[in-house]
Amino acid sequence: MAHDTGHTCKAVTPDLHTSFMFERFHKFASPPHFHAFARTLSPWLFGISALLFSGGLVGGLVLAPADYQQGDSFRIIYIHVPSAWLSMFTYMVMASAGAVGLIWKVKMGDIVARACAPIGASFTLLALATGSLWGKPMWGTWWVWDARLTAELILLFLYFGYLALQSAIEDRRAAARAGAVLAIVGVVNIPIIHYSVEWWSTLHQGATLTKFGKPSIELSMLMPLLAMTLGFKTLFAAVLLVRARCEILEFEQHTAWVRELTTVTEAR
Amino acid sequence: MKSLAEFFAMGGYATYVWSAYALAAVVLIWNIVQPLRRERQLLRSLGQRAKPRRAAP
Repeated sequence: MAHDTGHTCKAVTPDLHTSFMFERFHKFASPPHFHAFARTLSPWLFGISALLFSGGLVGGLVLAPADYQQGDSFRIIYIHVPSAWLSMFTYMVMASAGAVGLIWKVKMGDIVARACAPIGASFTLLALATGSLWGKPMWGTWWVWDARLTAELILLFLYFGYLALQSAIEDRRAAARAGAVLAIVGVVNIPIIHYSVEWWSTLHQGATLTKFGKPSIELSMLMPLLAMTLGFKTLFAAVLLVRARCEILEFEQHTAWVRELTTVTEAR
Repeated sequence: MKSLAEFFAMGGYATYVWSAYALAAVVLIWNIVQPLRRERQLLRSLGQRAKPRRAAP
């Protein structure tokens, strides 16, 4: 249609381009397409994360030397730090996806946000528990009410709050809206967790890795940490895709494509 | 190379280190297994629901 006359063509091109991108996004963000995409991608992510985990575990538990101050107890870092980072990362994904669902009414935004919450809650719990197991031998206490630990505990309550809203509100769209508002407000907690060790005095040690300057950690200790961190992240992505598939099936159970998909699965 | 006993002793921190890794294993396995099982159950129950419609046209 745009090619009717030469001179209109120029004016239309940018519109065409944006609408093309918009269409691409909408197609990708449509539940059937996302479902198919998630089915293809998740096995690969599970595989990659298994490789990273095996590398990270061998490197962290066997190859890395004991810390000169903390001895072998420092090896808890290989699960504590990746799970703490993931607990915050998952929260940002949840809040962003929730915002996309809330503002642009993209259904996949609601679905992804909802799928994030149980994953995030579980890794926040793991970060707190492993921190406690590291704190006892190093600080002499399981828990202190300092800023870092308290802010991470608040993160756990934010996840619980989100999950409680999802199970309390019957209507999925309304639950997603309420959850998104809670998640977005709770984002203020994330920089507080991150900077807490700099802003307030604490028992918690400072950052191991910083964007600027040399990391305060030996390379043979650092490599397993990076492997485990990536392993946790890819596992998160894989699990998120599986959870999103479940949410899509529930959200869309009355649509023709889900009916078709489930009857095909049943016949197999 | 450390001996196996030394490895498991973790320089005296065995309880803390291995409890932390055991907890991690539990959380990771739960994260993997729970949604995969839920998906299988969902597909089955949605498939059964779809059947009668197919059987009685």
